[in-house]
Amino acid sequence: MKSSVIVFPGSNCDRDVAVALEKLQFKNSMIWHKENVLPKSDLIVVPGGFSYGDYLRSGAIAAKSNILNEVIKAGERGSLILGICNGFQILIECGLLKGALLRNSGLKFISKNIFIKIQSNKNKFFNKYKKNEILELNIAHNEGNFFTDKKHLNELEDNDLIPIKYCDKEGNINQKTNPNGSINNIAGIFNKNKNILGMMPHPERMVDKTCSNEDGLPLFLSLMN
Amino acid sequence: MKFAVTVTLKKDVLDPQGKVVSQTLKNMGMNNLSQVRQGKFFEIDLKEKDSSKAHNQVKEMCEKLLVNQIIEDFKISKTE
Repeated sequence: MKSSVIVFPGSNCDRDVAVALEKLQFKNSMIWHKENVLPKSDLIVVPGGFSYGDYLRSGAIAAKSNILNEVIKAGERGSLILGICNGFQILIECGLLKGALLRNSGLKFISKNIFIKIQSNKNKFFNKYKKNEILELNIAHNEGNFFTDKKHLNELEDNDLIPIKYCDKEGNINQKTNPNGSINNIAGIFNKNKNILGMMPHPERMVDKTCSNEDGLPLFLSLMN
Repeated sequence: MKFAVTVTLKKDVLDPQGKVVSQTLKNMGMNNLSQVRQGKFFEIDLKEKDSSKAHNQVKEMCEKLLVNQIIEDFKISKTE
């Protein structure tokens, strides 16, 4: 499997993703945002960080970079695209995913481990997890409060386009187990064709027992399936 | 030609910063306050003499980059 990780000034999870991908024998390339050509890839990752210092709106400037034109074309052709954290914000700003990521409802930057529950595993990204499985992943963001209009929210709920929701250790999904105010506890969404995933939690931080857990590993294994 | 652009969150979008500012002002004794909405302000200077052309250009800037129209509204006014 070939993968490409897009790198912007201010990206800081790009190398973590690369380590996770290379651990699973992906042939990975790091692609600088000024490039106009994207190598042929089975998977494109838009990593987390603070591209362009979060100027204007998180992800807004990165969404207008050269390489994003190629990412958009690849996404429309059906390539698998994974946007994590700031990468999710960029995918929304460039229009590959709908909705908006607002400032956390508590106005604080949140960096901690949280729990998410798998809502749907019939897709390319979560097929190695069981439905309703509870994972412990890390979040680190200031703007992760997903918001969208009623019509789009219904579309997401009715078509299995919300693969993960925030919960507690026991799997309860409610306001108390919602870290950032995200509508319906949404932690990640798909586009209509489920080839593009945006998620706030960081699976790449949970791929090695020596420094965390391995709850993120099946996501990368799913992509190879 | 100079334009001022104000960007604010749409009415239905929660504005936690505005809420905190509003609460603080109330705590300071400004009791007749009903609401505060926080936003952004851009001052845009264009090398264009035709005012309707310039206005359209600023509108395009708003739609393509400055504003996320899912959550934000904008107002353009000519200042010079």
